[in-house]
Amino acid sequence: MTATEPTSAAAVAEDLVIDLKLDKLWYGKFFAVRDTHVPVTRGTVTAFIGPSGCGKSTALRCLNRMNDLVDGFRFDGSVHFQSRDIYHPTIDPVAVRRYIGMVFQQPNPFATTVFKNVAFGLRLNRFRGDYEERVEHALRRAALWDEVKDKLHSSGLALSGGQQQRLCIARAIATEPEVLLMDEPCSALDPIATRRIEELMTELKERYTIVVVTHNLQQAQRVADMTGFMYVDTTQGGRTGYLVEHRPTAELFADPRAEETRQYIRGEFS
Amino acid sequence: MSTPSASLAQPPTAGERWMDLGLRRGAQALAVGVLVLLAAIVVEIGAVAAPAVRERGVDFLTSSTWDTNRDEFGILPHIWGTLYSSLLALLIGGTLGLAVAVFISQRFLPRRLELLLKNVVDLLAAIPSVVYGLWGIFFVIPAIRPFTAFLHEHLGFVPLFDERSPGPNMLASSLVLAIMVLPTMTAVSRDAIATVPRKLREAAFGLGATRWECILGVVLPTAATGVFGALVLAFGRALGETMALAMLLGNRNEFNVSLLAPGNTLAALIANTFPEAQDHERGVLMYAAIVLLSITLVVNMLGTAILVRSSRKAAGARP
Ligand SMILES: Nc1ncnc2c1ncn2[C@@H]1O[C@H](COP(=O)(O)OP(=O)(O)OP(=O)(O)O)[C@@H](O)[C@H]1O
Ligand SMILES: [Mg+2]
Repeated sequence: MTATEPTSAAAVAEDLVIDLKLDKLWYGKFFAVRDTHVPVTRGTVTAFIGPSGCGKSTALRCLNRMNDLVDGFRFDGSVHFQSRDIYHPTIDPVAVRRYIGMVFQQPNPFATTVFKNVAFGLRLNRFRGDYEERVEHALRRAALWDEVKDKLHSSGLALSGGQQQRLCIARAIATEPEVLLMDEPCSALDPIATRRIEELMTELKERYTIVVVTHNLQQAQRVADMTGFMYVDTTQGGRTGYLVEHRPTAELFADPRAEETRQYIRGEFS
Repeated sequence: MSTPSASLAQPPTAGERWMDLGLRRGAQALAVGVLVLLAAIVVEIGAVAAPAVRERGVDFLTSSTWDTNRDEFGILPHIWGTLYSSLLALLIGGTLGLAVAVFISQRFLPRRLELLLKNVVDLLAAIPSVVYGLWGIFFVIPAIRPFTAFLHEHLGFVPLFDERSPGPNMLASSLVLAIMVLPTMTAVSRDAIATVPRKLREAAFGLGATRWECILGVVLPTAATGVFGALVLAFGRALGETMALAMLLGNRNEFNVSLLAPGNTLAALIANTFPEAQDHERGVLMYAAIVLLSITLVVNMLGTAILVRSSRKAAGARP
């Protein structure tokens, strides 16, 4: 881990919100990810695609230090957010997570009312102002408002799986984080809600930056400006994920450079 | 079914079905047995107490005199003492027990130390209550003596401290009782906390919660039902505790709100008086036993009712 790197070109750094550099990453003795460098530009959507177990979630969770919660997690490399090293010893991971929000693969609403779920982050940030308005705004943007406006004060767990996921999205965007990380946010959603979430991503990227993991290649093509393809390297006996290529989405899908990418996007893997 | 197909599926055999039915009937019989046992205890003690109940009626519950020679009996001080000591113990032991449960389950310590502490707390439950009584007499009472003297001297005008005994007293008893309910409280609430899904804690951390914000805002509210259950169990345990209180509370049959004064509880009254009681006093003590039994039953049933309701709510029952 490098401490503070002198910002190379100021102009570039201006637009560079996140600079992910994973050289080697372990979970305990398991060598999980290597050589994954992804710069993320402000106001864009970046997608990670690749087969299951290749380390997409792992890479994503490095961006807001969620992996700190895993015993035995360590890595060589660095992650910069607005040209600050977020793994620097003086940086508080809690603060990092307030600016970089996250939506998880599994819906995980709290065992409380819909309203309190959405207001949770606002409370944490000691927001003073109109909670009702904020909550409604977040729920509308997450395409959930019409379905829950009459049951704001009943349990969030009483919603369907897809509604719960949209509730989690509303909860994450209520505090307007600078960056939103989404780990397969639509895997539990029907096509209509999925479309609505994709529109939300497009809408949000005008002010924020989004990094999304998806198994849905059409989704990546619809929403992502940049796409990173990750793959599993089994040649050294282990199962280590790595970034094969990271390029503008249209280019990557039209003209993949690597053979693995070409086969994956054509669905030639089982 | 004997369709010639490649499926390996088989209907359950007659034996399997009998086994299933047998187990179900057996479980039902045992459940009924437990109810019958409880009813039998209530009925039998009730029968012995019946003459006294008929003779003394409600006066017995509201009078504060206990005089064998004049044949005057009242258990208001004991009902009060039972509830007072148990509530104090619950306040102290419940808070402490919950704190310990959080401390040994939320990764504040290395795994091994967590396990060690958990076992040490569990061991507290294995100490016989007479030993707790001795510990109270030889350690707790002398240890808090300067403190109670200070309270009495400077805050004596407050009813809580207006009467003081340097020997047995309510505060010492409640402290010991608190330690005695600690293992129940800790074990049950720790289990409740452990069932909070990891993904909920991740959600809280993902929103930028600190560890405390996660515990107070997500973990404890999610485990609230179980923590409440722990409180009910601990309260039941405190209500029925006999030996330690018989040794520590001073057996004074007088109504008193002062924390620093002696008192008595229903269980301690029965244990201390019964061995030398005459026939008519025995009936009276049986009446007291019925009252104690009713209090514990009511507390447990209320607790269970609230638990069932709130766990149904927490599970997200749709309206
Ligand atoms: N907490 C953990 N402890 C140990 N190993 C882990 C942990 N989390 C992930 N791994 C391992 O790291 C590798 C990458 O996992 P990761 O969850 O990042 O994959 P993924 O690309 O997100 O897969 P999927 O598409 O199935 O979600 C896998 O081999 C996985 O077993
Ligand atoms: Mg994943």
